Order: sequence, then structure tokens, then C-alpha cells
Amino acid sequence: MTIEARFSLSWPGFSLEVDLQCPGKGVTALFGRSGSGKTTLLRAIAGLERVEGGRLVVNGEVWQEQQLFLPTHRRPLGYVFQEASLFPHLSVRGNLEYGRRRVGGGDASHFEAIIALLGIEPLLERGTERLSGGERQRVAMARALLTRPRILLMDEPLAALDQERKNEILPYLEQLHAELSIPMLYVSHSPDEVARLADHLVVLEAGRVVGAGALTEMLARLDLPIRLGEEAGVVLEARVVQRDPQWHLAQVAFSGGTLWVRDKGLPVGHAVRVRILARDVSLALRCVTGTSIINTVSGVVTGLGEDTHPAHCLVGLDANGTPLVARITRRSAAALKLEPHRRVWAQIKGVALIT
Amino acid sequence: MPDSADLAAIRLTLELATVTTLLLLLFGTPLAWWLARTHSRWKRTVGALVALPLVLPPTVLGFYLLITMGPEGPIGRLTQALGLGLLPFTFPGLVLASFLYSLPFVVQPIQNAFETMGHRPLEVAATLRASPLDTFFTVAIPLARPGFLSAAILGFAHTVGEFGVVLMMGGNIPGVTRVVSVQIYSHVEAMEYSHAHWLSGGMVVFAFVVLLALQSQRPARRS
Repeated sequence: MTIEARFSLSWPGFSLEVDLQCPGKGVTALFGRSGSGKTTLLRAIAGLERVEGGRLVVNGEVWQEQQLFLPTHRRPLGYVFQEASLFPHLSVRGNLEYGRRRVGGGDASHFEAIIALLGIEPLLERGTERLSGGERQRVAMARALLTRPRILLMDEPLAALDQERKNEILPYLEQLHAELSIPMLYVSHSPDEVARLADHLVVLEAGRVVGAGALTEMLARLDLPIRLGEEAGVVLEARVVQRDPQWHLAQVAFSGGTLWVRDKGLPVGHAVRVRILARDVSLALRCVTGTSIINTVSGVVTGLGEDTHPAHCLVGLDANGTPLVARITRRSAAALKLEPHRRVWAQIKGVALIT
Repeated sequence: MPDSADLAAIRLTLELATVTTLLLLLFGTPLAWWLARTHSRWKRTVGALVALPLVLPPTVLGFYLLITMGPEGPIGRLTQALGLGLLPFTFPGLVLASFLYSLPFVVQPIQNAFETMGHRPLEVAATLRASPLDTFFTVAIPLARPGFLSAAILGFAHTVGEFGVVLMMGGNIPGVTRVVSVQIYSHVEAMEYSHAHWLSGGMVVFAFVVLLALQSQRPARRS
């Protein structure tokens, strides 16, 4: 179960040279700046861009190889464009039925389930011009899913929305992630969205893949966070172990220890994703007390990496198998004589519970 | 009051405009689609040929149509070989001439509508499993509706208003080729001004209504 894509094309001022294998399940984020070729790659996978000589195999099915080129309408995929491209001449229901009818309709329970998953029941009979940006995007996602695709391609589905609308849609995307068994390719330039949604990360730069792998490993790689800039940081998979109603905190446990986070009402035992930005982690050689910081995790330095500004460096830690990244000044790194295998205490100022 | 000859001219004009408009929509749509989508190097040439009647004096167009459809012209030989006889001074000849004369008025609005919608709706349809032909009928044509309405109104009105081409190609045969504009000309020549007034006034009202209809198209297009 994999997606194999090999494309090479060259346009004036832009070239794409990609030979990629990504897992055939979960969410794979194609991450990169604008102009890095991520959208072009996604369009090539959808068959919207015809790249001669390319090769594409999706979970064992050959979609493109040598002379073979399956046109887009014969590929069992769902595609969500950056700006929701609902058909203005059809109602919301008409839009949803458009693709659904072309794959033979399907049972009503599937329709109901998708509608419920995206919460668009109350919108069905409306015209598309009376929807908010967030609603339009949810309808577009439902429309794509109703064709029962074997892969879902999303091209920055949140990029055209303001923060409020993004926050409105992200829970639905997380829901899709949790409930759908089909693989998703998610193009994004937002580290925040990637941290919340992705299982795998492919980093593109100037049309080339500069890194690909599981999200947690990728985010901890010291040669890549530089590309995330201020948003460099790691994502941990953890589990709620206890809740403290007095202080509205919840404790989550991961392989490297436990962390207190703001209690969002999740029950004990619930699996969560926690994000720790490198800039929120400071390092000490001893376990410091008498500080306002409530989360301290012990770990071993694995390496030092460059950061965007020469005053800073990134320090990789291994906290009992879980990678962490701290951003500190180079002067501090020198003063603490940080080097691989050195044991340190990471003081974590901010922990975000993202699911 | 309009007499029976006037009424016959009105009926003939409406018939001619209806048939011509229908044919224009039928053949103009694929042509407009091709012009809107193609990257062919012939695009400009074909576009210019379609637009030719916009700048050409109608008499010039009528003159060459008369020649090519005449007994010695290529189209004339073809129609004779097919046993259809000659087209000049017949209703079908008039339809063919009107078709060419009004072609840009129909092709251009439709082409514009196809161009304005861009590639996106067509790509969306493809990702929803619609074949290109399916997409054309279920997405492109519905989205180009305002263009089609403008095209139909302009094509019809322009055919109603033609004079030079008809005179050159069809002459002035009552009930066969004598349309309203030619009838007015005959009335004026015969100094029958009151008859001319009835028909001319009617044309003014007709033209005004057409323009009003086109104006009312605009808010619909904005939404």
C-alpha cells in the first residue's frame, strides 16, 4: 500500500524533479514555500497536469506509465481545491450529487454519513452563493468524498480562509483523518496545519524533495526545521492520564515522561497529539526548582543544528525515545558545553494540545 | 396601417431571424468553444475571419456571396450538383448569408463566456468523474448561460436589421426575400411615407426592447 510518484518537468523558471514513495494510508503533508512545486506535484498526481514520461502508481494501480495516461475523470480520486470551486449553477445538494451520480449513486447511508461527518446537513437546499468560505470548503470536501475516492488530494484547502474559518474547519479535517481509511495528500505551507493533521511529511524545495518520512521524526530532524522558521518544533503522540479540576489542567504521558496541559475536557485514556515549539523549550544542566515552568523533561543531547538566525541554534534531544527540539542562543550552547550524549533538562514553557 | 405585404415582410423577417439564430447557436457554440480553448496557431486567423463581417460593408459580403453561390461559383456548382439549384434569390440563400453576416455577434459573446469561466470548473468536473463531453453539457454550457442569452438576442436582432446583404443576395421578391428593412426601402422609394412610418417605428421599438433586454442581462452576470 504505497503511492509511488516520479515526475520530472521543466518550465521556464521552474522545474520539478520528484521521485517519491509515500504510504498508502494516513495523511501525507506536502510541505513547502509557495513556488516549491507542491501544488504542481499534486496536480500531476491528479492528472490535471500532464507530465510526459512520469510514472504514478497508487496502491498497486498504475495511473501513469510510459504511454499510459489515465485521464483525471477515470482516476478514482477526490480533489479539494484551494478556493472551494462549487458549481454556481447548482445548489449545495446539486453539487454533492454531481460527482455521486457519476459513480453510480451509492447507498443513502454513505451519503448521510458524509453529510454528518462534515456537518453540512442544514446547508443542503441552499444556493452556493449564500455560504460562508468555511461552509463552501466543507461542501467541497463532502462532494469529493461522495465519489468514494481511493485517495483524497487537498490543495491548501484552508489557505483562502481567515483564522476563524480555519479553526472552524480544522476539527472536521481531524475528524476525516480519524474516520477515513483512504490516504490523503495534503498540500500546505502552514506548519500549524501540518502539525495537527499529518502523519507523514514530505518537504519540497524548488521542485525537489528535501526530506520525507514520519512526521515526528521529520520535525525532529535538525536539518529541516530551519525551513519551518519560527514554527520549528516537534509533535508527540501522547495519552491523557489524569485531570486536575482544581487548576483546569490535564496530564498527558508519552514515552519520555509526562506533561501538564490545559484541560480541554478530554477523558482519561484519550489519545492526543501535543505540539512543542522549539522556541518554547529552554535547557538546564540540572533539574531547576523555584520556577513557574511546570513541565520539565529529562533527555540526552543528540545533536546541534543551524537555525534561521546565526544567534540561535537548534538542539536535538532524546527523551527516552521521544525526540524534542530546543531553540537556544549559540552563546548558551557554548556556556553549557552542549554536545551529544550530554544529559540536560528541558524546561517546556508552552505545550499545545492539538487534538 | 400595415398592409398584407407589410405583414408578409414581418413574418418573413421573423422566420429568417429565428432559423438563422438557431443555426448560429448550433454551429457557433462548438466554434466558440474551440476559439476559447485552443492553443492552435490558426486561432487568430479563424478569429479574424469570424469577425470580418463586423468591419466589412454588407454590400461587399453580399457581392461575394452572390458570386460564390452563383452558377459559376464553387458553392453554386456544389448546390447544383446536389440537385438543390442555386441559392441566390431564395430563402435558404438568405439564411446562409445571414448566418455568415451575424456569425461574430453570436460567436463572440459565447467565446467570452467560455473564456471567463476559466479552466477551474472544468477541472473540478473532471475530478468528479465527468468526461469532457459530459462536462461541456453539464458545466460549461450552464455556466455560459448569460453569454448564450446575449448571443441569441444579438444574433436575432442583427439578422432582423440587415439590409445590404439581403439586397445583394436576395433581391426584393415579395414573400420570398423581401424582409422588413427592404420593404421600408421600397415604401420610401414609392413615396409611401405613412407605410414606411409604421414599419420604421416598429423597428425602433424593437431595437429599444432588445437593448433593454441586454441591459437586464448585466446584473445577472455580476452575481
